[in-house]
Amino acid sequence: MFGRVLIANRGEIALRIIRACRELGIEPVCVYSEADRDGPWLRHAEQAVCIGPGPAPESYLRIDRIISAAEVANVDAIHPGYGFLAENAHFAEVCRDCEIEFIGPSPEAMARLGDKIAGRRLAKSVGLPTFPGSEEAIDDPEEAVSLASEIGYPVIVKAAAGGGGRGMRIARNEEALRAGLESARQEAAAAFGNGAVYVEKFLERARHLEIQVLGDKHGNAVHLYERDCTSQRRHQKLIEEAPAPGIDPEKRDRVAHAAADLLRAANYSGAATVEFLMDANHDFHMLEVNTRVQVEHPVTELVTGVDIVKEMIRVSAGEPLSITQADVRLSGHAIECRINAEDPDRNFMPQAGLIEHLSAPGGPGIRIDSHARAGYRIPPNYDSMIGKLIAHGPDRTAAIARLRQALREFEIGPIRTTIPLHLRLLETAAFVNADFDIHYVERYLAGE
Amino acid sequence: MIDIRKLKELVRLMVNNDLMELDLRDETEQVTIRRPSVNVPPQVTTAAPVAMAGSAPVAAVPIASAPAAAAPPPAEAADDRHAIESPMVGTFYAAPSPEKPPFVKVGDSVGPDTVVCLIEAMKVFNEIKAECSGVVDEVLVSSGTPVEFGQPLLRIKAR
Repeated sequence: MFGRVLIANRGEIALRIIRACRELGIEPVCVYSEADRDGPWLRHAEQAVCIGPGPAPESYLRIDRIISAAEVANVDAIHPGYGFLAENAHFAEVCRDCEIEFIGPSPEAMARLGDKIAGRRLAKSVGLPTFPGSEEAIDDPEEAVSLASEIGYPVIVKAAAGGGGRGMRIARNEEALRAGLESARQEAAAAFGNGAVYVEKFLERARHLEIQVLGDKHGNAVHLYERDCTSQRRHQKLIEEAPAPGIDPEKRDRVAHAAADLLRAANYSGAATVEFLMDANHDFHMLEVNTRVQVEHPVTELVTGVDIVKEMIRVSAGEPLSITQADVRLSGHAIECRINAEDPDRNFMPQAGLIEHLSAPGGPGIRIDSHARAGYRIPPNYDSMIGKLIAHGPDRTAAIARLRQALREFEIGPIRTTIPLHLRLLETAAFVNADFDIHYVERYLAGE
Repeated sequence: MIDIRKLKELVRLMVNNDLMELDLRDETEQVTIRRPSVNVPPQVTTAAPVAMAGSAPVAAVPIASAPAAAAPPPAEAADDRHAIESPMVGTFYAAPSPEKPPFVKVGDSVGPDTVVCLIEAMKVFNEIKAECSGVVDEVLVSSGTPVEFGQPLLRIKAR
């Protein structure tokens, strides 16, 4: 087992990894930017090293400084968290070259699954249903047009190297497709340095589901069932839950097993999430594979009892997975709200600045993953999520009731947060009856 | 009349070499530049020697000093000393190698291009330059110690 692990991240996920390290008897080492000098999680690390000024390209994305910090702090491994360098195959390679374990997949496995086009091909080979769409990047608009007439409009143009909803265009007819190809290509080249795009079918009323999977270095892989992340705004998740309400369990089981097969086929060790859109027939269509731990991992931890972050560290150190597929059982229902420092009444304007007061909820079945506290000054340089509130109960109704009460008890100010919005969303018929699709939040906000 | 470019060049020369006074003469011209303290712009006096018929002495003209070349404002309000901060994460070394003497010691004068220490990162030794002028007042880190980004390494006192 590792003696020391460096956490190449910040905020709530850094705190999460610190906790997993301490439980495993590992000394956590943190890196921080000058903007995070007063980060409340740092005091729980064994050592903290400043790696640059606030802006991420000068600090949390500086591979050279992170590796230097790893060397001066004498660590055995680096956990990248999510975002930043977590899905950067080059960073994983540099770690390997410097003989520091990267807590995640090998650079080859990461590249194999992280590239959307190559990932789709591998998925097809293990029988994972993907969207009807192009096998490879499309350069010729005529090819795109003929493919679209085959699979039927509406279609969506997507960036191969993309994520976060950028480099995407929906097209309902040929004219829109031609225009969309051009603008998606340009946006992708600007955002990701890679203008390759592909085309696939677009589902009008889809639900976003994802399967959590874990693999080790001994060829074992298990799935931890699914999460439902249909509550989104601009492709950013707001509320996530496990298990997914009202889906076909046989279809889910088939897809979950295939997801584990995918990891084995890719020689993948670590945590991964396979994301899908589910149509009205409860058929799954793969979107992409995320080769990292995800923000919403707590809901899976609560319903399966598996500590995903500890498993990541263990398998990276060469241990086999601590569970077999037969050991994985679902118990109860968990729902997570992402608490963002944003003003939902002012177009989700990010709120940087001092948290003057903070009073967190508690009670049975309440989990809070957050680095925020009274007196903490939110820096303006990073994303606006200041914590996650998760409620677990014996069934979905109980979980919703617990979550509502916890949101009511959660006091943060004077900065605005999305807590009031979560309370309103949890009252909608769409959410309560799980009669929703990935655009329901936007329709709700638009006043429908 | 000495041209402005030359004057600016002389001022820069003085600042880089931490000179307080410079007096330059040849057959036709004379320039005296004095820096009473770091916060006052240098005073420049030019005069034509008597041999130049018809030219009157030019009154002393203060020339704004290049602030970057002069000792920068101190990092601490309580201190007139400036700290050289580490631009990287790595291991600090005071000397080019263990048997050699340190690059600088307390009391040494430094200029912007003076190498004051090495920081080793990923097996590469990086020379760290003073990027300011003054006298070494304190060496804050001992050889072989890890340093982080922004960590103060040496304190330089401006003259």
